[in-house]
Amino acid sequence: MSATLGTGSLELRGLAKRYGEFVAVQGADLMIAAGSFLTLLGPSGSGKTTILMMIAGFTEPTAGRLLLGGGDITALPPEKRAFGMVFQGYALFPHMTVAENVAFPLRVRGIGRAARDTRVRATLDLVQLSGFADRRPAQLSGGQQQRVALARALVFDPALLLLDEPLSALDKKLRAELQEELRALHRRVGRTFINVTHDQEEALSLSDEVAVLNHGRIVQKGAPAMLYEHPRTRFVAGFLGKSNFLHGVVQGDGTVQCGPWRLHHAAPPAPGTAVLLSLRPEKIALGQAGDNAIEGRVLSSAYLGAGHAVVLDTPIGPIRVHQPAWRAAVDPAIGTTISMAWAADAATIVEDDDAPG
Amino acid sequence: MRRGDMAARLRRDGGWWALLLPAFLLLSVFYITPILQVLAISFTEPEPGLGNYQRIATNLSVQRVIWTTLRICTITTALALMLGYGLAYAITLASEQARRWWLLCVLVPLWISVLVRAFAWVTLLRRQGLINQTLQGAGIIAEPLQLVWNEFGIIVGMVHYMVPYAVLPMLAAMREIEPRLLAAARGLGASRGQVFRQVFFPLSAPGLVAAGVLVFIFSLGFYITPAILGGGRTLMVAEWISLQILDLIRWGLGTMMATLLVVTILVTLAVFSRVVNMRRLFGGA
Ligand SMILES: Nc1ncnc2c1ncn2[C@@H]1O[C@H](COP(=O)(O)OP(=O)(O)OP(=O)(O)O)[C@@H](O)[C@H]1O
Ligand SMILES: [Mg+2]
Repeated sequence: MSATLGTGSLELRGLAKRYGEFVAVQGADLMIAAGSFLTLLGPSGSGKTTILMMIAGFTEPTAGRLLLGGGDITALPPEKRAFGMVFQGYALFPHMTVAENVAFPLRVRGIGRAARDTRVRATLDLVQLSGFADRRPAQLSGGQQQRVALARALVFDPALLLLDEPLSALDKKLRAELQEELRALHRRVGRTFINVTHDQEEALSLSDEVAVLNHGRIVQKGAPAMLYEHPRTRFVAGFLGKSNFLHGVVQGDGTVQCGPWRLHHAAPPAPGTAVLLSLRPEKIALGQAGDNAIEGRVLSSAYLGAGHAVVLDTPIGPIRVHQPAWRAAVDPAIGTTISMAWAADAATIVEDDDAPG
Repeated sequence: MRRGDMAARLRRDGGWWALLLPAFLLLSVFYITPILQVLAISFTEPEPGLGNYQRIATNLSVQRVIWTTLRICTITTALALMLGYGLAYAITLASEQARRWWLLCVLVPLWISVLVRAFAWVTLLRRQGLINQTLQGAGIIAEPLQLVWNEFGIIVGMVHYMVPYAVLPMLAAMREIEPRLLAAARGLGASRGQVFRQVFFPLSAPGLVAAGVLVFIFSLGFYITPAILGGGRTLMVAEWISLQILDLIRWGLGTMMATLLVVTILVTLAVFSRVVNMRRLFGGA
């Protein structure tokens, strides 16, 4: 059985939502290729759920259009779009068993009992819940409930699967496990997944593409590595991982004057430009030589097993450094003054959107 | 889970429960004991034995009043549930502000004396009443309809009285249904009708059962409304008991029927307390 609609790419064109004066989502443009895994990432209240609900058809956009495989679906009611959806908090039907929950989308489509049972069994196998068919949702753990919600959303083979923070209610270990499973599931079923999260690790590890949202606006979108390595703004750099931010001005010789230092940068803009450099803590090496070498006094140092998280005091403020603990060049003892260095292409110039993450 | 909570609270607050003891004793001495004494008359008058109870099988008047009562109560319950369900559904879907007005409209009748309401129905339903006059004026009927002094009139009055009692438990059940579940059902492809039949209705069913039990038990003992709107021609148990005891001085027969009524109510409650949560029905958390 196939979905009601074509399985082409999904396109958001200037999709916006206002509640009275309040702008929840402003002019979202996105192109989501068929079969890809997109994550909407942003802090609480940034409009992630609102975008997802507009895609699902529960929230009517104030402006903009929604196209699936080139056809306009902006005016279609949710049941006609027939996208699979995993709700924030799962929304399993408490009066039905696991099997009945999963069978629900098939039953409302008038699919016969025999075909329904086969399909339900296959889907429960897919999410590894075969033994739980006759339980009620209240008798399941959080992770199991999450899988039922997934099975229910997948059972009718929808073109698109929408997931609203599917893992946020789970503990860290289970979350990591289910991230794995979700990724494997995506590969196996080959459908388009649109996931919502405010967990940057989840976004990076799961997605083909991530769209970062802030205050209802898509700030940047791209592949996880591209976003991490080349954040466009201060917000993106700060929200996706940690970063040091250095203010400076480009000099005639192409170096960046930053406090007392002249820093080398791989691709400096025109002289006289004020720039903001984003420098990841793990790209700074302690006690080693490099294109840019400065000194700082260790303010704090935390041992994390795999590495040290060190904060050094410098003339331009505190700088965070992550250094592998294994065969470290120096011991970052608190109070000592040590040198640090980074390569000319380690820092990225970002736009200062005044929203430190 | 609830039961566990209760037990824990009992253990923890054991001392406080003792404070209820005087009230409990007072209730037993001045309320429960006299009732039991009255009911015991059914085994002693006019002569000791089960003679009064044998009449259930043999006496036509006894049988007729039992059947009339059960029939009227069943029809009343069914109608009150249907109207009440529709009202509760509308109130659940209404906006916050509209909901307050709806609730007021449902509750206001509760504050008007049952006597006043019964007589209001008599004025509306009698031969020269508003309804008959309107229908005749419009040429729909030639002769006035017999709308009162019969079962029809009793049922109209009783349904009117019972609707608020049907609405409140159902409303409580409906308001506990998560709106997200309904949205989820739609998102999974269900039409509005399917959402109602397969998700909303089953989830509101406990409220429906609770309301049904409440209304049915209430109607069994109805006195004033059937007495006024039945005009003495259609008798329900309460009026019949009063007739036996006050007019015919047949204490044994009257108290037999009273005992039967109490037992029926207790049995109904016992059966349904297994089906629904009684604490919720009677306003507990
Ligand atoms: N029905 C509504 N009426 C008014 N404002 C709303 C409504 N729904 C959402 N909003 C506002 O729109 C903004 C975006 O909400 P949304 O639910 O999309 O956030 P989110 O990114 O999903 O956040 P979270 O991570 O907390 O779930 C919020 O500021 C919220 O208060
Ligand atoms: Mg949300």
